[in-house]
Amino acid sequence: MSQASAVTRPASEASASHGPGGTVLSAILSRLVIVVPYLWLLVFFLAPFAIVFKISLSETAISMPPYFPVFSWEDGLSGFWENVKELSFANYLWLVDDPLYFNAYISSVVIAAISTFLALLVGYPMAYAMARAPSSIRMVLLMLVILPFWTSFLIRVYAWIGILKPEGLLNQFLMWAGVIDSPLQIMNTHTAIYIGIVYSYLPFMVLPLYATLEKMDFSLIEAAQDLGCPPISAFWKITFPLSLPGVVAGCLLVFIPAVGEFVIPDLLGGSQTLMIGKTLWNEFFGNRDWPVASAVAVVLLLILVVPMMFFQRAQARSQEQER
Amino acid sequence: MQGKLSRFNITALVLGFAFLYLPIVLLVIYSFNDSKLVTVWGGFSTRWYASLLSNHLLLDAAWVTARVAFISATVATVLGTLAALALVRYTRFRGRFLFSGMVFAPLVMPEVITGLSLLLLFVAVGLDRGFLTIVLAHITFTMCFVAVVVQSRLMSFDRSLEEAAMDLGATPFRTFIHVTLPVILPAVVSGWMLAFTLSLDDLVIASFTSGPGATTLPMRIYSQVRLGVTPEINAVCTLLIGVVTIGVLAAAIVNKRRDIQRQRDEQAAAQAN
Repeated sequence: MSQASAVTRPASEASASHGPGGTVLSAILSRLVIVVPYLWLLVFFLAPFAIVFKISLSETAISMPPYFPVFSWEDGLSGFWENVKELSFANYLWLVDDPLYFNAYISSVVIAAISTFLALLVGYPMAYAMARAPSSIRMVLLMLVILPFWTSFLIRVYAWIGILKPEGLLNQFLMWAGVIDSPLQIMNTHTAIYIGIVYSYLPFMVLPLYATLEKMDFSLIEAAQDLGCPPISAFWKITFPLSLPGVVAGCLLVFIPAVGEFVIPDLLGGSQTLMIGKTLWNEFFGNRDWPVASAVAVVLLLILVVPMMFFQRAQARSQEQER
Repeated sequence: MQGKLSRFNITALVLGFAFLYLPIVLLVIYSFNDSKLVTVWGGFSTRWYASLLSNHLLLDAAWVTARVAFISATVATVLGTLAALALVRYTRFRGRFLFSGMVFAPLVMPEVITGLSLLLLFVAVGLDRGFLTIVLAHITFTMCFVAVVVQSRLMSFDRSLEEAAMDLGATPFRTFIHVTLPVILPAVVSGWMLAFTLSLDDLVIASFTSGPGATTLPMRIYSQVRLGVTPEINAVCTLLIGVVTIGVLAAAIVNKRRDIQRQRDEQAAAQAN
């Protein structure tokens, strides 16, 4: 197309950039658009997983398909590998045998699920109110939801320590108000983790919900009410089903990272709370047991693969709709 | 029907935003607390900010973090923009499914997994852990956020502009520089900012991939936080929140102005026709 049109354009500039060399160059450039990020992600995202698998599973390590010619497997690793091979088959048995890991997986999934549900309970009314708000203030509200997401995760979790601890601000307030006589123990309990996760991930819940609710045709509700449907059942029969894509996206965006969360259980959950992200961290930094940490990571990834595929499909579908 | 908020809606908004902002506001207030006991108010003071200036560990860490964030955000913006172009413009190429999976997965991937896997990669190829490895790790996980931001802008892009440029003889590369890039620039800039703040914030991935030579600010804050809440940490956090808030608000205002300007231009153009 550009060849043909170059003929019709006499400008010297165009012809200069449009020789056969230019076409080849732009062909290469357009190829690079795909190749450069693709290679980067293969090397720094996919290859590392292969290495994690290798370290946790020695048998598959030998028959590893050569996807990644970037490395030569032989030279940097030799001594390291030999040790790992000895250990690694035991790693998974170890994970199965020791109830610590099993319990950590279960409690991570349960804590993440409960937190996701609570985030939905808090986030849905907010998103709904934002979608119904006058369009003049809607952008401001949206900005207000996004802003905390930009401020440091660590800082936001840290802020809760001063509030929740026994002599903290919440207990001071409640005792001053006469609601309680002795400080509540919230810090270092599951409740603190729920609060931390809901607080940190709330924007991830609100934004997709808002995106679907904003597009909704609210005259449907009016029609239902005109026909005698009470508001609550109109909500469950119309609004909620229509917002389901947002609910699914929001829940996945909260649930998946929450399962592997480290900072929140570490800072707010205390030493007795089991979550798998913390177990992995301790295995790695505390016990310096890299193979077991890898095996923990592999199993965690397996648990999350299904929700992640859901997430990707939901993303792809919403993209198709926008086209 | 839109435009009227019921009492229930207003309550939801007020409570929701109070929940989101109260902890941050309290943190900021207590950074000006004179008392060494963090939760007991002892009068207004800026002495914790003054003591920050003599805390070389924190200052060094802040400098490392700023450099890591700047370099990684810049490279991540280039790579993320390319990835977004690849995803939006090339709907069919070999391995596209894998590619889009690799772009979206890091958005939800637990950080402990990303951190561990990158560390094992660096060990496997014999790369010394330190500044460079943190930068590489941050580029990898932030470029995906840039890709998503730029992608959503590209989707709403009017391709006939590009076709017009190419019909007039511009090469695809020139078309990109002179037509596409100016239009998607706001998204590219906010992608850069997002990458910068994500890198600024990151504790977990940096902890895995850093070596003895390079300690970032979140790592330093974390090691102090584990020992307990201190007013000095409140002061650092307040400064960080301030920097990020000003940056985000400034960007939002610039974007808003540009949008208004563009709407005016479009209206003027429509009237001229």
